[in-house]
Amino acid sequence: MTQPLVTINDVDMRYGGADGLLAVEGLTLDIAKGEFAAVVGPSGCGKSTLMKLVTGLYIPQAGQVTVAGERVTKPVSIVGMAFQNPTMLPWRTTLDNILLPLEVVDRHRKRLRKHKVEYVAKAEKLLETVGLKGFGEKFPWQLSGGMQQRANLCRALIHEPDLLMLDEPFGALDSFTREELWCVIRDLHAAQGVTIVLVTHDLREAVFLADRIFVMSARPGRITKERTVPFARPRELELLYQADFNDVVHELRGNIADARKAA
Amino acid sequence: MTTSNINWIKLAPWLYTAGLFIVWELVVRAFAIPQFILPAPTRILEAIIQFWPAIWKNSLQTLYTTTVGFILAVVFGLGLGIAIGWSRFIYAGLYPLMIGFNAIPKVAVVPILVIWFGIGTIPAVLTAFLIAFFPIVVNVATGLATIEPEMEDVLRALGAKKMDIMLKVGIPRSMPYFFGSLKIAITLAFVGSVIAETVAANSGLGHMMLAAQSQFNVPLVWAGLIMLAVEGIAMYAVMAWLEMRMTGWAHRSQLAQA
Repeated sequence: MTQPLVTINDVDMRYGGADGLLAVEGLTLDIAKGEFAAVVGPSGCGKSTLMKLVTGLYIPQAGQVTVAGERVTKPVSIVGMAFQNPTMLPWRTTLDNILLPLEVVDRHRKRLRKHKVEYVAKAEKLLETVGLKGFGEKFPWQLSGGMQQRANLCRALIHEPDLLMLDEPFGALDSFTREELWCVIRDLHAAQGVTIVLVTHDLREAVFLADRIFVMSARPGRITKERTVPFARPRELELLYQADFNDVVHELRGNIADARKAA
Repeated sequence: MTTSNINWIKLAPWLYTAGLFIVWELVVRAFAIPQFILPAPTRILEAIIQFWPAIWKNSLQTLYTTTVGFILAVVFGLGLGIAIGWSRFIYAGLYPLMIGFNAIPKVAVVPILVIWFGIGTIPAVLTAFLIAFFPIVVNVATGLATIEPEMEDVLRALGAKKMDIMLKVGIPRSMPYFFGSLKIAITLAFVGSVIAETVAANSGLGHMMLAAQSQFNVPLVWAGLIMLAVEGIAMYAVMAWLEMRMTGWAHRSQLAQA
């Protein structure tokens, strides 16, 4: 068996010193390369903490986090991140916003000036993939919320990360736009072979997109249930209205209710 | 629509200003107010024409001290604002000191400046500087302190140093705050330089007004006030123009209409 891309082994994370708030406790999970994993749970269960542990923004007090075979002790630049808030910089065009990570990541920033054309072409290709062809010269505030979130995905992918971490990226969008973006993410995952971890509170979103779903309990967060999603890929939106899809959602719904009661 | 093509909004500042002077003139005439209490605008205009060489020379002096003090305030304010926004340690240490310093009436500082530098241009420049730099510091620091945490996370996860985050996000982000604060700072700088000129100077509008007052030349005192207002409005307009020019992206609603 190949080595998993992400391993979290018995991790405790406490905020604010020795008697601070215990956010996650005994957290253990692993994610295979190329897998699409989703993490669901009641609010305040430490989903965002999980994200920050994997990206190396937080270093846990106990246990270890391993990404691509290396123990995480500092930020890992092979990760792309996207949040619910698209945080586009308003003084840059959409294209320049997408190129921002390249100005930061070490192995790209030295090449950026010389190979600008090549990188711009890449960004434009990404824009095309998410359905924003020709919008690169627009400023973010000229785009709708859904379009900004698409651009946000491009920014998370521009440096070709091995791992894409999404923290409720579609939470603030209307349901039609959300479904459109589910398909965008689904196609990106299929086309680029990137490993994706999606943190969400939308169970239908998790079941539609993920290969495997982890249910977290309320604080202190730990994995209470792991569910493999059996549906074959590529999945169509029609799947959302099928009985066995709803059975999985329903089952997860029950697990989360238990997780909340246990708290 | 059958409305005329006159842009009333654009005309409004001129109409209101003219209105103020007309009402002022009428009130002075109707109640026969003596000119040493309140001279009529026409009388002030006479004084401006009569004393023009002196007014011109002193106006330039005040404009000069104000501008130099203001430029110092911009340089120091920007530097200190970035330092405070950069480090929580510097912020925690300096903020109370700055609040205390800002609470001191600057007119009380002028005598100290006179002891150090003598009567003349330097105390006026420094007073303008001291009064104008505070809003710049606060605004720049605010711009830096309100970076979205998500943005910081995205960049830090990519291995960005504090310096990268400041250069790519923090400083551009604080520019609208900075240029906004210039509009406040420039008008405060006039207050500072005139205070100092009134207390300790041999030239400038403040000095001229004080001298005119001691000779009971009240129209000339008012002429000085009018000149100060004109200079203040002109410099404010320059700052507002600069703000639009440099950070147009922050005023997108106006841009979208244009």
